[in-house]
Amino acid sequence: MSANEHSQCKSLLVFLSDFVDGDLSDELCQEIKSHAAECDDCRIVVDTLRKTISLYHECADEPAEVPGEVRSHLFKTLNLEDFLEK
Amino acid sequence: MGESKPEISLEGLRRGDRREFARMVDGYSGPLYRLALKMLGNTSDAEDALQNTFIKAFQHVDKFEGRSSLSTWLYRIASNEALMLLRKRHPETTFSDMAPEDEDIRNYDPVQFADWRYLPEEELLSAEARTVLDRAVAHLPETLRIVFVLRDIEDLSIQETSQVLGLSETAVKTRLLRARLRLREELSSYYGHQVEKRSKK
Repeated sequence: MSANEHSQCKSLLVFLSDFVDGDLSDELCQEIKSHAAECDDCRIVVDTLRKTISLYHECADEPAEVPGEVRSHLFKTLNLEDFLEK
Repeated sequence: MGESKPEISLEGLRRGDRREFARMVDGYSGPLYRLALKMLGNTSDAEDALQNTFIKAFQHVDKFEGRSSLSTWLYRIASNEALMLLRKRHPETTFSDMAPEDEDIRNYDPVQFADWRYLPEEELLSAEARTVLDRAVAHLPETLRIVFVLRDIEDLSIQETSQVLGLSETAVKTRLLRARLRLREELSSYYGHQVEKRSKK
């Protein structure tokens, strides 16, 4: 990777979050795509960054539940025992 | 993420309607408990943060003017509670140790270049991999962790995250990018080994 290419990698890094979220202008998107097509390292960073986020999204899609004993303790602390039965 | 939240009557809460309060607790305790758990790393502290969140919500609901959504307001209380508890538990960690978000992102150099995306799903989300995913979040400095958890785990928008934390949207975006890049590095290190192991089989 030449010094010039590397400086382009650096300057595009700042846009990567917006890029993977789809919040970037068409012009910058195109710039990142063209650069990634030429630069293997950047392509891998973009692809694995996207995958990293999607793995966390997948885990977070599982319902967030409070364990039963935490819920009943919480209701007691808040003086809401009479509403414990859902 | 993205669970539907129940319609809670703000009027009812302000009137001190206990049934409405109980509905709010049931509607929001799942995501708020998860947030606390991700921030604090253990169930006992997470339970404390959850309780304190609802105690404070109960005490201050009359001052809640509804300028933000109820959800944003509760996330704000829960985030503050979690951060406060974290600082109480680890008073030795100073703020300056934990403010890497101010560094110029262009000083950051990715070091992991394994392409692990095509590992089979059962390997990407195995029990061991999930431990690695959780551990990577736990390793983030708290200022980055809270932004990541609100945005990528709890699915808040950039604008909502900035309202919850009282930060500018630019600051939220910068911290989010830093958090995501750090997580990518840590995950790439683990999954890269998995790819190597497979190629040797």
